Amino acid sequence: MGDSTLVLGQRLSAWCGHAPALEEDIALANIALDLIGQTQLWLGLAGQREGKDRDADTLAFHRDAWDFRNLLLVEQPNRDFGVTMMRQFLFDTWHLEALRALTHHTDADISAIAQKAVKEVTYHRERSTDTVIALGDGTEESHARMQSALDRLWPYVGEMFEADADDLTDMAALRPAFDAHLAATLSAATLTQPSSDFAHLGGKTGVRHTEHLGHMLATMQVLPRSYPDAKW
Amino acid sequence: MSNEWPLWEVFIRGQHGLSHRHVGSLHASDAEHALQNARDVYTRRKEGVSIWVVPAADITASAPEDKGSLYDPADDKVYRHPTFFDIPDDVGAM
Repeated sequence: MGDSTLVLGQRLSAWCGHAPALEEDIALANIALDLIGQTQLWLGLAGQREGKDRDADTLAFHRDAWDFRNLLLVEQPNRDFGVTMMRQFLFDTWHLEALRALTHHTDADISAIAQKAVKEVTYHRERSTDTVIALGDGTEESHARMQSALDRLWPYVGEMFEADADDLTDMAALRPAFDAHLAATLSAATLTQPSSDFAHLGGKTGVRHTEHLGHMLATMQVLPRSYPDAKW
Repeated sequence: MSNEWPLWEVFIRGQHGLSHRHVGSLHASDAEHALQNARDVYTRRKEGVSIWVVPAADITASAPEDKGSLYDPADDKVYRHPTFFDIPDDVGAM
């Protein structure tokens, strides 16, 4: 959970100062900060449970790509605003269902993080859903870009529901709620859901990340690795 | 066709019991979008409990050059202020 929010938070923060409108710029920065805040909680808890004296910063800045357990979807590059918002919509839709399930987790710390995050992510999903509908059902140009973004990112959807031993909840069980929100949104956005169920796997198990993650981590980690005593 | 989204004026109520105050403006494609943008631009530091957004084009404003006819006549009508009434001491602070 923490690696996915970290990688997506870092990706989104690259839009700061570059978004198509001031209002979108601030909104994306807010969402990025929400995700980084959630990362501090998840990775802080992970470091605490691991018991090897690694805090959230150590886990974020001193691990290499093969040690990351994020979904492949979130490490995909920003490309244009349409791809960024489609990636956000697909992630938010999964993320909200995952957090809703985790609010009932038997571990009190996990449940507490989920209860805090679920409020933020409810808004994230509302915003990205509205944007996908507005752009999908917008001009010929915006519609084409959103359909192409969906087709491009679709092979990274399946991994979100692939079960593995480290899952905090039954990920496959989240699929019906995801599919329902997806279908309603795509229909309103006049977009066509791809029929293929092919899924790239290997992000959240760390077995096979895409080439994009290493490049992103190099940028993200350079400062604390070059200047280990730096404080900020 | 203009590429700019329409302008919206944003009003935020800081806390229950107070009235909405004008805090600024923003661009958005429609009312829902304007609410979301207002939330992101103007309530990042817990400024509000309620947001109104109004299309700026729908606001009818008085013209600065009408200042004389609109406001000056009130200058010499001080009796319109409630300070002219004697308030009995028993009423206490008002």
